[in-house]
Amino acid sequence: MRSRRKVVAGALGAVAALVLAACGGGNVASSGGSGSGGGGGAADANGVHNPSTEKGGTLRFANSGDWDSLDPADTYYAYSWDFVRLYGRALVTFKPGPGKDGTTLVPDLAESLGKPSDNAKTWTYTLRKGIKFEDGTPVTSKDVKYAVERSLDKTTFPNGPTYFNDFLDLQGYTTPYEDPSPDKLGLKAVETPDDQTIVFKLKSPFSGFDYFAQLPSTIPVPAAKDTGSKYKEHVVATGPYMFEKNDLGKSFSLVRNPNWDPATDPIRKALPDRIEVQLNVNADDIDNRLQAGDLDVGVEGTGVQPAAQGKILADQALKANTDSATVARTWFTVLSESVPPLDNIHCRKAVLYAVDKTGYQRAYGGATGGEIATSLLPPVIPGSEKFDTYPTPNNAGDIDKAKDELNQCGQPNGFTTGISYRAERPKEKATAEALQQSLSRAGIKLEIKPYPSGDYFKLYAGKPDFVKANNLGLLVYGWGADWPDGYGFLAQITDSRTIRAAGNTNLGIKDPAIDGLIDKALVTTDTPSREKIWVDIDKKVMDDAFVVPGVWAKGLLYRPPNLTNVFVTDGYQMYDYLALGTTRK
Amino acid sequence: MLVYVVRRLVAAVFLLLIVTAATFVIFFVVPRLGGATVDDLASRYVGKAGNAQDIHAIAVKLGFTDPIWVQYGRFLAALFVGADYSTGPTTVHCPAPCLGYSFINQNPVLPDLLDRLPVTLSLAAGAAVLWLVGGVSIGVLSALRRGSVFDRAAMSVALAGVSLPIFFTGLLSLAIFSYWLGITAPGGSFTPFEENPLLWAYDLLLPWITLAFLYAAGYARLTRAGMLDTMGEDFIRTARAKGLPERTVVVKHGLRSALTPILTIFGLDLGLLLGGAILTESTYSLPGIGKYSVDAIVNNDLPKVLGVVLIGSIFIVLANLVVDLLYAVIDPRVRLG
Repeated sequence: MRSRRKVVAGALGAVAALVLAACGGGNVASSGGSGSGGGGGAADANGVHNPSTEKGGTLRFANSGDWDSLDPADTYYAYSWDFVRLYGRALVTFKPGPGKDGTTLVPDLAESLGKPSDNAKTWTYTLRKGIKFEDGTPVTSKDVKYAVERSLDKTTFPNGPTYFNDFLDLQGYTTPYEDPSPDKLGLKAVETPDDQTIVFKLKSPFSGFDYFAQLPSTIPVPAAKDTGSKYKEHVVATGPYMFEKNDLGKSFSLVRNPNWDPATDPIRKALPDRIEVQLNVNADDIDNRLQAGDLDVGVEGTGVQPAAQGKILADQALKANTDSATVARTWFTVLSESVPPLDNIHCRKAVLYAVDKTGYQRAYGGATGGEIATSLLPPVIPGSEKFDTYPTPNNAGDIDKAKDELNQCGQPNGFTTGISYRAERPKEKATAEALQQSLSRAGIKLEIKPYPSGDYFKLYAGKPDFVKANNLGLLVYGWGADWPDGYGFLAQITDSRTIRAAGNTNLGIKDPAIDGLIDKALVTTDTPSREKIWVDIDKKVMDDAFVVPGVWAKGLLYRPPNLTNVFVTDGYQMYDYLALGTTRK
Repeated sequence: MLVYVVRRLVAAVFLLLIVTAATFVIFFVVPRLGGATVDDLASRYVGKAGNAQDIHAIAVKLGFTDPIWVQYGRFLAALFVGADYSTGPTTVHCPAPCLGYSFINQNPVLPDLLDRLPVTLSLAAGAAVLWLVGGVSIGVLSALRRGSVFDRAAMSVALAGVSLPIFFTGLLSLAIFSYWLGITAPGGSFTPFEENPLLWAYDLLLPWITLAFLYAAGYARLTRAGMLDTMGEDFIRTARAKGLPERTVVVKHGLRSALTPILTIFGLDLGLLLGGAILTESTYSLPGIGKYSVDAIVNNDLPKVLGVVLIGSIFIVLANLVVDLLYAVIDPRVRLG
C-alpha cells in the first residue's frame, strides 16, 4: 500500500528539521529505536497502552494530505483500510489485537472465514444475521456482490486495488453501470444463492482468498444509494459510525450509527461517541498538535516527521509515549542481471559481500528508521524467518570475500556500473552514496544516476530496455506489502512473468524456480505450509543474489496520554483504529 | 478612462488564454517530448496496480487520446457553456463557467476553489493592511530620522524579515505562541468572517503577522529609500520655504510622490497573494487556494492547476489595473488614455 506524505510538506519539514535541530542541539535519530510496542508507558501484559472500556468523548484525527477516497471501492492506503472499518464492515478483517495478533484474519460481516472448494477456485461465505445499513435496511449478500461489481469499474474508481479484476472469472464483465440485467447483478463470477450466502468463482486457484475478502471492496453498498464517484460524499454505513458531515478535501465527522448492533459485532469496541478528521494539515503541525494535546492521531500512521523525531527522542517523558512500529516495507537495491558483468552471479555476490549495511541504515535515519535487513521479507510478516545468506562482521561488509567472488567472476580488479535512485528522495540519494562508498573498497565503482520519481518505473528503472542501455547495474528501490502475508509482499516483486516492457514493479528478479514456488503457494490452503513456501522464495532470491536488502522500515508513532486502548497492530502496522478511545470528554 | 479600462480588460482576456494554453502545453507536450505516451500520463491517475486496459480506459475517459487543441477547446467550451461528466451510474451537468473535475478524486474544481477563496482573501487582506500601514510608517520614520537608533534598529529588523522564510517564522511562531504560551490559535484554524468576526481575526492573527512581517520589511526599506530621495528634491525645499507645516510637507508632498513605486509593487504583491499564499497556507494548514494549488501540482491534477492558474492570473490582472487607475489619483501628472 502506498504511504506517502505530500512531497512539499516533506521538503518543508526537512528544512525545518535542519533549522530546529541546529537551534536546540537536538540529537536527531541518535538513540536507538525501541522494539514494536516497546516505547514504554503503561502497557498491559498484551502490549495495550491505557486499556479501557470507557465510552464517550471525541477522537480527533488529522491527515497531512487528502484521502484518496472515502469510498470503499476506491481507496488504497493502509491507514484508510484500517480507518474504513469504523464505518464499514467487510466480509473478513484483521483482528484488532496488538503485534502479531493483529495479522490474524477474523470474520466480520461473514460468520466465519471463507470455505474453499474446487481446489481453492471457489470460495463461499455466509453472512451474519441482523446486520443493517445506517437507515435500518438489512444487509444481504446482494449488497456485497454489488459492492464487488462496482469496484471492478476502474474508470469510475481508479484508485482501488485490482485483485478482484485480476482473479475473478469475469467473462468480460466490466461494470454494473453498463449491466443490462435489471438488478445490475449480472456478474457470473459472484453468486448469491440466498440473502445470506455469497460465492466467489476464480479463474485460477488462490489459497489466500480471505485476504481479498478483507479488502474494503467487500463492504456492502446498497445499489439504490450508489452515486458512483459521488458516493464518497456519503458512504452508507454498516459499522458503528456513520457520516455526519463531509466537507471533501477539508474535514469530515462521524457519529454513532443507531442501526449498528454490537451483538452482531464481536470485534469492535466503538468507544468514542464522535470522530472528527481534518484533512490537508501541515505534517509538522500535526506533530506539534499531538504533543500539545490538540490532536489524538496522525491518521496516516507513518510516524512523526524528522523535526519532531529529534525532539521526542531527546525527551524521556515524550519518548515514553512513543511506539516504534515495524512496517511491512523493505528498502532494498536490485542487482540487474541484464547488465554485464552482473549477469555473472559471482559479481552479484561480490556486491552483496562488499556492502556496508550500516551505511544503508544510516541513510534511512539509523535505528529509528529501521532494522538492517538480511532478506526481502520483513519480519512483521507472519511466518517470515530471519536468515543471512551473506553474513559479514557487524554488517559492515567483508572485502576479502568480495574480492574472492570478483576473482571467480573474472573481474579481479572490480568493475564500473551505474546506480539509479529517485531524485526527489533524499534517503535514496544517501543510499546510493553509501553504496558507492562501501563498494569502492572492493574496486566496484558506481556512477550515480538520479531519475524523477514520478516516472521512475514507467521510463527508467522499471523499463528493462532503459536499464540495459544505460548500464544501470544497481536500482535503489523499496516495497511495502498490501497486507502482511507472503503473497501481499513478494508476488508483485519476484514473479518474473509480471515483467513487461515498462512500468514494472519487479525490477529484475528472474528465476523460473521462484515462479514455480509462487504457483505452488497459490494452491496451498494450509497456512503454515504456505508461509514456509514464501520463506523458500525469500531464500531463493538471496541465493540467486538478485537484491541487496537494506532496511526493514520502522515508523516512530506518538501517542498522546489521553488516548486509551492504544496498540500497534501488525495487520496495518500502525495503531488499530477500531480499538482507540479517549479520556478527553 | 472607460475606453482605457475596456482595452485593458480585452488584453487581459488574451493574456488568460495564453496563460492557460501554456499550462496545457507544459502539462501535455513537455512529458511527451520526454518520451511519455498518452497512457503513461493517464497512469498517474490509476491506483498502484492498474493494468494496461484500465490505464487506457482512463486515458480515453479523461480525453487524453484526443489532440491537444481539441482538449484545450473542450476546456474553453466548458468555461463558456458547461459540460457533462459521468459519475458512473449517472451523468451530471457542470454549468458554465465549468472548470471540470479533478483527475485525482473527481471533485468539481470550481466549487472547491470558491470554497477556498474566502480563506485566501481573508489572509491576504488582513496581512496587506498590516504590512502597508506598518511598512510605510516605519519607512517614513526611518527616512526622517536617518542614522538614528530607530532607523538602524528598524532596518536590521527589516533585513531579518526579508531574509527569514515563512516556513521558519511560521512554525516557530506556532510553536511559541500557540503551543507553548497558548495565546494564539493552533494551526489549521479558520472561522469564516460572517460566522464570527472576532474568532475570524483571532484565528488569522498569527498568519497575518507572519506574512505581514515578511512584506512589511521590504516595504519599509522601499519607503525609506523613496522618502530619502524625495525629501532631497527641490519642491520639498520650496514647500518648506512657503512656510507649510512640516507634517504637510512630509505627508502631502514627500510621501505622495514616494508612494507611486510602492503602489506598483503592492498591486503585484496583492495580486500574487490572492492567487494563493502558498507557503503561509501550507505552514498554517489554512485551507486556501495556495494549499490547494500545492496539492494540485504535486498530484499532477491538471483541472485543479488550470483553475488555480486562471484565478491567480485574474487577480494579478485586476490588481494591476486598479493600481494603474490609482496612479492617476496619486500623481496628477499621469493621464490615462
